Amino acid sequence: MGVISLSPTDLTLAGFIVFLLGLLSLQQQLHFTKRLYLAAVRCTLQLLLMGVILQLLFNSSSFWAVALMAAVMLLTAGQAAGSRQTKPLNGWWPYIFSLAAMFISSFTVTFVALTVIIDITPWYSPQYAIPLLGMLLGNTMNGVALSMDRLTSNIWQQRQIIEQQLMLGRRWQEAMATPIKDAVRAGMTPILNSMATTGIVSLPGMMTGQILSGTAPIEAVKYQILIMFLIAGGTGFGVITVVRLASTRLFDERHRLRLDRLREK
Amino acid sequence: MPYFIFAMSFLAIHNLTINHNAPFSLQLNAGESVSIGGSSGCGKSLLLRAIADLDPHDGTISLNGVQQQDMEPWQWRQKVGLLPAESSWWHNWVGDHFREKNQLRPEEMKKLDLSPAILDNRINHLSSGERQRLALLRLLQIRPQLLLLDEPTANLDATNGTRVEEMIHLYQQKTNCAILMVSHDPAQRQRVANRHYQFRNQSFLEISL
Repeated sequence: MGVISLSPTDLTLAGFIVFLLGLLSLQQQLHFTKRLYLAAVRCTLQLLLMGVILQLLFNSSSFWAVALMAAVMLLTAGQAAGSRQTKPLNGWWPYIFSLAAMFISSFTVTFVALTVIIDITPWYSPQYAIPLLGMLLGNTMNGVALSMDRLTSNIWQQRQIIEQQLMLGRRWQEAMATPIKDAVRAGMTPILNSMATTGIVSLPGMMTGQILSGTAPIEAVKYQILIMFLIAGGTGFGVITVVRLASTRLFDERHRLRLDRLREK
Repeated sequence: MPYFIFAMSFLAIHNLTINHNAPFSLQLNAGESVSIGGSSGCGKSLLLRAIADLDPHDGTISLNGVQQQDMEPWQWRQKVGLLPAESSWWHNWVGDHFREKNQLRPEEMKKLDLSPAILDNRINHLSSGERQRLALLRLLQIRPQLLLLDEPTANLDATNGTRVEEMIHLYQQKTNCAILMVSHDPAQRQRVANRHYQFRNQSFLEISL
């Protein structure tokens, strides 16, 4: 079974569906036509650009090109996670902590997967390294952003409870046990839910893509299981790391709760 | 001789600045009680928070000759017990907030008009008066040597207020602890404390009531 290559005409026909939806929105005065068309154009351009870059990477197979690509992906993910905060830490800390957590978890897990599990040479082969890292970063980014947001906004709301425990002579680690648990759980919930329903409610995008492109379903399934485990591990390590880093920043060496280290809005 | 007395002070606060007020200094002996009064917003509560080391602050504070920063913060706060104006609770059940429930003596609880069965109650079933009395009980359980009381009876009726004062008095007799109390009630300040400070003209001045 080979891949049926999509012609420009095929894609234009698919685009026609989006065009019709826009017309319907105009006629019903739902006011999303402009945003829909802009999003469609953006999505097309970004994906085409990514396709060109991936093709270049595959042709060169240079370690430094892959490393550069990975760095750009990491920085973008760090920027996104750091800015999705309702009550963020002040200064550069949200970005630094997200970057550190994602670097430690996603890069380590991807490296282990490439060298030990998939075991290809060279281990940085872009055809494997880039999609794997992308999948891991995307999911870890969500977990990291969610958990850090939950942690700082919870502490903002529960500052009296936390300080009350400090007043009773407890260490900050004791006073923070429950907020830390809550934040880690918040970051892990999406991947836990998707692991529980995958294959029944949804066919994951990667597996769907592989099957469409002609891979035997059982091969696609094996890869999907691998990806799920990697994502769970990567997200978990990333979430635990970022929650620990952010908690440490919220207290000083005298075990005082330092809400002045949250950004004023 | 004065130096000797200074050195032996149980609590010594030197040049503590709160809210850009004049620096505050105070020496307090074990078993002594001091009250602090002044309009709201003048920094009385912030003063207590600084002594408990809950906020960054300047000046020096020592207890029994040991500087605040030379002691682990949680040990300091076990010795310097702060009772805030409004207590906080984080478990569903009252009893879970006490270190060792079975060490609470029923007769001590009765003095505060609390039945031992209240420990099996839900927190949101408590009145504000019961909360404050339980908060005092919870604080005394860690045996502080200095009590920082922030308007300890503000939410209580006269009867319960008297019970709390008695409990504090008994604890002081038993342990010879020092007390620093913020209060607006002149009669209560007379009853509990033997020295008084008042916030006037940007500084805390010693006064006689």
